[in-house]
Amino acid sequence: MRELAVHRGLSLQRIGAMILRYWYLLLSSWPRLLELMYWPVLQVVTWGFLQTYIAQNANFFARAGGTLIGAVILWDILFRGQLGFSISFLEEMWARNLGNLMMSPLKPIEFLIALMVMSLIRLAIGVIPMIVLALALFHFNIFNLGLPLIAFFCNLIFTSWAVGIFVSGLVLRNGLGAEGIVWTLMFALLPLACVYYPARVLPPWLQHVAWSLPPTYVFEGMRALLIDGIFRTDLMLTSLGLNAALLIASLAAFLALLRSARRHGSLLGGGE
Amino acid sequence: MEYELRKVGTGPPSFGPADPAGPAAIEVERLVKQYKTTRAVDDISFRIARGSITGLLGGNGAGKTTTIAMIMGLVLPTSGSVTVLGHPMPAESAAVLGRMNFESPYVDMPMRLTVRQNLTVFGRLYAVEHLRKRIAQLADDLDLNELLDRPNGKLSAGQKTRVALAKALINQPELLLLDEPTASLDPDTADWVREHLETYRRARGATILLASHNMLEVERLCDRVIILKRGRIEEDDSPECIMARYSRDTLEQVFLDVARGRGQGGSHETSKGTPQQAASRETLP
Repeated sequence: MRELAVHRGLSLQRIGAMILRYWYLLLSSWPRLLELMYWPVLQVVTWGFLQTYIAQNANFFARAGGTLIGAVILWDILFRGQLGFSISFLEEMWARNLGNLMMSPLKPIEFLIALMVMSLIRLAIGVIPMIVLALALFHFNIFNLGLPLIAFFCNLIFTSWAVGIFVSGLVLRNGLGAEGIVWTLMFALLPLACVYYPARVLPPWLQHVAWSLPPTYVFEGMRALLIDGIFRTDLMLTSLGLNAALLIASLAAFLALLRSARRHGSLLGGGE
Repeated sequence: MEYELRKVGTGPPSFGPADPAGPAAIEVERLVKQYKTTRAVDDISFRIARGSITGLLGGNGAGKTTTIAMIMGLVLPTSGSVTVLGHPMPAESAAVLGRMNFESPYVDMPMRLTVRQNLTVFGRLYAVEHLRKRIAQLADDLDLNELLDRPNGKLSAGQKTRVALAKALINQPELLLLDEPTASLDPDTADWVREHLETYRRARGATILLASHNMLEVERLCDRVIILKRGRIEEDDSPECIMARYSRDTLEQVFLDVARGRGQGGSHETSKGTPQQAASRETLP
C-alpha cells in the first residue's frame, strides 16, 4: 500500500482542488443538481404513503410508526453515498480527464478523500429535501432518532465509501464497460442487508450472509430503536468493526486494480 | 512572439543549447512492454539530455505513446527501467510529477468547466504560487483572454489545444511530454504552437520530448530524433545526420524509407542491424 503512504504528507490544497473541480461541475449543470434530489423525493413519497396505508390497516405498523420511512431514508444514505462517490469518479472517466489527474502530483489517497467529501456534499443535496418532505407529509422526523442517528449515518456512509472505492477500482481497471456495476452493485445488498424486514425472516443460511454485512446491524438497530425504544450499542460497534475491515479490503482492492490498470495501459484510454 | 517569465518565473531568462554530457532528464534502460501477444515496446534504451527537444517518430503502433506513457508512469513496463529527473519511475513519481507535465490527444480537460476553472484546478493540483497571475500570464502568452470564461467544451479544436498547452505549462515544467501536440490543427495554429514551444524551451531551459507524425514539425523543433518501428529503435540521431545517412532531403522521406523497410541510401536493408544492436545505442545529439 505504498501509494497510500501518508508519511510524505497529504496535501489539503490538492484535495481542495479536486473538491473545487466537482463543485464547479455541479454548479454548471442544473440537471445534475435536479437528479440528486429527484429519486430520493420519489422514494420517500412512495414509501411514505405505503407506510400510511399499512399503518391504518395493521396494528403492528401503527405501533412501529416510521420504520418504513426511516428505512427508506437510511437506505438512501447508503445508496446515495455510494453513488455520490462513484459518480464523481465516473465524471473523470466521462471527461477523459483521468490521465491528467494520474500525471499530476495528486496521490490516490487524496483523490479518494476528495471523492468521499463529494459523496457527503451530494448526499446532503439529495437527502435534505427528502427529510424535509418526510416531515411535512408524513410527520416523520428522522432527527427524533437522536444521537443514535449519528451512529447509523456513520456506519452507512463508511459502507457506501467501501463499496464506492471498490467499484471505482473496477471501472478504473476495466473502463466504462464496467460502469453498470456502479449503478447496480449496491442493490445486491438491498435484500441481504434486511432494509425493510428483520434478519430473522431470512433462511438460516442466508442470515449468516446478512450478519456479515455492516448495514444489517444499522437497519436492525433502527428497528430496535423505533419499535422497542432501545439503542443497541453492540450492533453499532459490530457494524463499525465490519466497516473497518471492509474499508481496508476495498482500499487494497482499489490499489491492486490501479496497479493492474497501469500494467494493462487502461489509464490513458478509459474507454469501453 | 516573445515568451516572458515575468514575476512568476525563476532562473535565468534564457538557456543555451542542451549539454549532452550533462545530467539526463530521461533515462530509459532496456524498456519492454508486452501486452498479451503484442510487444508494444521491445527493449529500447535512450538517454535524453536536459534542455533538449527530442522527437519520437514512428508509424501507428510503433510504440511512441506507450513509451511516453511508461516515462510518465501511467503504464508499467514489463521489464527495464525509466529514470526521470534523477528519480526512478514510478517508484519515486511523487518527487517528479510536480516538475513535469504533459499533453496528449488521449486525454481531455473537463468540458463543462470554463478555461479559467480548469486552469485554477490544475494550478492548485500543481501547487502553483500566485496562481491568478500565472493564469493571466498564460492567457496573455497563449491568447486565451477571450476564452477564459467559456466552457472548454464550447471551444474549437485549435482553442482546446491552446488550453491544453496552458495546462501543460501551468507549473512551468522542467520536463514536458507531448503526444501529437499539433494533431488536427490547421497549419497556422500548428505553427503558432510550435513557435510557443520553442520559446518556452529557450526561456526555461526545459526538456521536451514529443511524439509526432508531422515530420516538418520534428525537423523544425528537434535537436534529436528517435525513430521507432514495431517497438524498436530504428534511428537515433540529429535530424540532419539521419537525413544525410539516408541521402534524403527531408525527414518524411527517411520516415518512408524506414516504414517501407528501405535501408540507408534507399536500399532494402535493415538500417541499424539487429534490435539488440539498435537498443544498445545510446547516442546523444
